[in-house]
Amino acid sequence: MNGRWNFSLKRFWAIAVKEFIQMRRDRLTFGIMVGIPLLQLVFFGYAINSDPKHLPAAIVLADNGPQGRTLLYAIENSGYFEFVREIRTEAEARRALARGQVQFIVNIPENFSRDLLRGQTPAILVEADATDPAATSNAIGALRTVINSALEKDIKGPVDYLAADAPPVELRVHALYNPEAITQYNIVPGLMGVVLTMTMIVITGLAITRESERGTMENLLSMPTRPLEVMIGKIVPYILVGYVQVGLILLAAKLLFEVPMAGSLALLLAVTLVFVAANLAVGLTFSTIAENQLQAVQMSFFFFLPSLLLSGFMFPFRGMPDWAQILGEALPLTHFLRIVRGILLKGNGLADIAPEIWPMALFTAVALAIGVKRFHRTLD
Amino acid sequence: MTNQETPTISMHAESADGGDAFAIDVRDMTKRFGERTAVDHVSLKVRAGEICGFLGPNGSGKTTFIRMLCGLLRADEGSGKCLGYDVIEESEEIKLRVGYMTQRFSFWEDLSIEENLDFVARMYALPNRREIVRQSLDRLGLTSRKDQVAGELSGGWKQRLALAACLIHRPQLMLLDEPTAGVDPKARREFWEEIHRLAAEGMTFLIATHYMDEAERCHRLAFISYGKLLTEGTVEDVIAEARLTTWVVDGPELPKLAEQLRNRAGVEQAVAFGNELHVSGSDEPALEAAIAPYRKEPYRWRRVEPGLEDVFIHLMNRSEDNFS
Ligand SMILES: Nc1ncnc2c1ncn2[C@@H]1O[C@H](COP(=O)(O)OP(=O)(O)O)[C@@H](O)[C@H]1O
Ligand SMILES: [Mg+2]
Repeated sequence: MNGRWNFSLKRFWAIAVKEFIQMRRDRLTFGIMVGIPLLQLVFFGYAINSDPKHLPAAIVLADNGPQGRTLLYAIENSGYFEFVREIRTEAEARRALARGQVQFIVNIPENFSRDLLRGQTPAILVEADATDPAATSNAIGALRTVINSALEKDIKGPVDYLAADAPPVELRVHALYNPEAITQYNIVPGLMGVVLTMTMIVITGLAITRESERGTMENLLSMPTRPLEVMIGKIVPYILVGYVQVGLILLAAKLLFEVPMAGSLALLLAVTLVFVAANLAVGLTFSTIAENQLQAVQMSFFFFLPSLLLSGFMFPFRGMPDWAQILGEALPLTHFLRIVRGILLKGNGLADIAPEIWPMALFTAVALAIGVKRFHRTLD
Repeated sequence: MTNQETPTISMHAESADGGDAFAIDVRDMTKRFGERTAVDHVSLKVRAGEICGFLGPNGSGKTTFIRMLCGLLRADEGSGKCLGYDVIEESEEIKLRVGYMTQRFSFWEDLSIEENLDFVARMYALPNRREIVRQSLDRLGLTSRKDQVAGELSGGWKQRLALAACLIHRPQLMLLDEPTAGVDPKARREFWEEIHRLAAEGMTFLIATHYMDEAERCHRLAFISYGKLLTEGTVEDVIAEARLTTWVVDGPELPKLAEQLRNRAGVEQAVAFGNELHVSGSDEPALEAAIAPYRKEPYRWRRVEPGLEDVFIHLMNRSEDNFS
C-alpha cells in the first residue's frame, strides 16, 4: 500500500475551510463568479432573439395608386419591417444600405396599381443587406405570404379572376453583399474582431498586475518614469501581436473560406489600429484595478461576454431590445464588426465607415483616461 | 528631457544647496496606514559619504521610511531634503539620483542579468549604455553569467545583480532595504567591502539591517521601533547613551538561572549567548544587588562592556513598554 487512497476527513476539511476563507477574501473574484451567470441569464434570456423584427427598411415608391400603399402597409404590419424613410433615388437607397442605416429597400415601381389591376403581374423589388443571413432570412420568408394575403382583398370584386391563377405580383428579392447566404462570409470577418478583443484584453490585463504581483512594480516606480510612458510602452508590443493575428485571419479568410474582399485592405488595417487601441486601453485599465492576474483574467471575461453577445457577432444586432442595443453601441466590437463586414463584403469606403470610427475612438480615450488616472505613481 | 549629463559620484557637493553636506536631512516624516502609524515623526540626518545603519525589529517602519525618501510613498507629514531636493515635492529629481534596493528581489526574473541591467540603463537614459552595462557586469563579477535568467539565480547572485542594477546610474545615495537577507557569510563580507569602497568614493548609504555584525560596520546607526526613532549616533554613542550595565555569567543550567534572574528587580534582560548568559540593567546598583545571591559556585561572573546586541534588546524591550 502506498497510501495514495488514504483519506482523512479532518485534513480534507482543513483544506476545504482554507479554500472558503481565501475565496471570501477575494471579493472581486467572488463578485464575478456571481456576476457572470447573472449576465448570461439576462443576455440569453432577454437580449438575444434569433427572430429579429422591426428591421429598418427604406421605400422607393414610384407608384401613386392605392394598391402600392396597401401593400406597404401590410408589409409593415407583418412586424418584420419598419419603414424608416422614403427615398427617391436608387443610389441614395444603396448608400443607406451600405452604411447599415437600413436593412431593406422596398421598390414599388411606377404604375404598380395600374398593372396589378390589369393583371400584368407587376414586380416589386426588395433589396436586402444579406451580410448576416440570419438577420434577414425570416423577414424575407414572411414577405411572400404578406404580399399575397394583402392583395387578396384588393383584387376581389371586379378583378376577382386575378386571384385564381398565379400570384398577382412578382416578388424579386436581391440579397446583396452575400447573395448565396454563406454564413462564413459573415462569421469569418467578425472573428477578427472577436479574436482581437479576447487576446488584447487578456494580455494587457496581465501586463500591470504581473508587475505588482511579482514585486517588480516597486522597482519600476523607483525609477524615473511616468504613467503614460509605462502605459504606452506596454501597449505597443501588443499592437504588433494584434496585427499578426489580423494577418492570419485575413489570410485564412481569403484562402480557406474565400471570403470576398470588396473594399480596401489598407483602410481596414488602418481602422484596426483604433479598435486594437480600444481593447488595449480596456485591458490596461482592468490591470490597474485588478489585484492579481487571476482577477485581471476574470475582468477580461466579464467584458468579453457582452462583447460577444451584444455586438451582433453571434446574434443579429437588430433582434435585440433597445436597452441591449444601446449597451451594444457602447462596445467597440459592435462598431468594428460593422466596419470589417462593410469593407470586406460591401466594399465600403472611409466615408461609409466614418460613423463607426469615432465611437471606438471615444471609447479608447475614455478607457485610457481612466487607466492613466488609476495608475498609481506611488505604492499608496 | 531631464538631466542628460552623467551624474557622477562627486556631484553631491554641487547638488546639495548651500554646501551643507547632508545627503539626507528630513524632519518629522510620518506615514499612516489607516489607524496604524507606521512611521511616526522620524527625523534623520546622514552626511554625504556616510554609511548609516537603519535598525529595528520587523514591522518597525524601516521599509516605509525608505519608500518615503525615494517618493514611492507619499508622506502624511514631514519635510526636508534628500540630496538637496525637497523630499515631498521633488521626488522625480531624487529618483534620478538615488539607487533603491528593495527588500524583496524586484528585478525581472524572466530577463537575463544583462537584459535587466540594460533595461535599467535605458530607463535612466544613460549615454554610452552598452559600455556602462559591460563595466557594471565586470565590476560585480557577473560577466560570465550575463545570459543567465535572473529567476534561476541563487540568493547571493540575485543580490549582486540587484546591487549592480541600483548602481548603474551612479546614484549619489543608496537606500538598501535588508540587502543581505538570505545571503551567505562570504557573499555578505564581499558585499560590505564593496559598500565601503563606494562610500570612500563619496556615495552615501542608508542600510536597513537586522544583523549586529553589519550594524557594527556602519559609520552611524539609527534605531527605530514601532515607527519611532529611539536613538541615533555612532556605535559608541549608541552604546554609551543606553547607560546599560552588563554582566556575563557561565555555569550549569543557565536557562533556569535566566528564568530566576528575570523575576528580580533591577534585571531588565537575561539573554543567552552561546554558553553564557548576558544579564543587563540600566540601574547599576540595583542590578548588582539582584545578582549578588548568585555570585557563587558553580557560576562564574564577569562584568563586560555592553555590546550592540545587548543595547538593541534593551531598546526593543523599552519601546514595547512605552507602546503598551
Ligand atoms: N501598504 C501598507 N498598507 C498597510 N500597512 C502597511 C503597509 N506597508 C507597511 N504597513 C505596516 O506598516 C508597518 C511598518 O512596516 P514596514 O515599513 O514594512 O516595517 P519594516 O520594514 O521595518 O519591517 C507594519 O506594521 C506594516 O504592517
Ligand atoms: Mg522591511
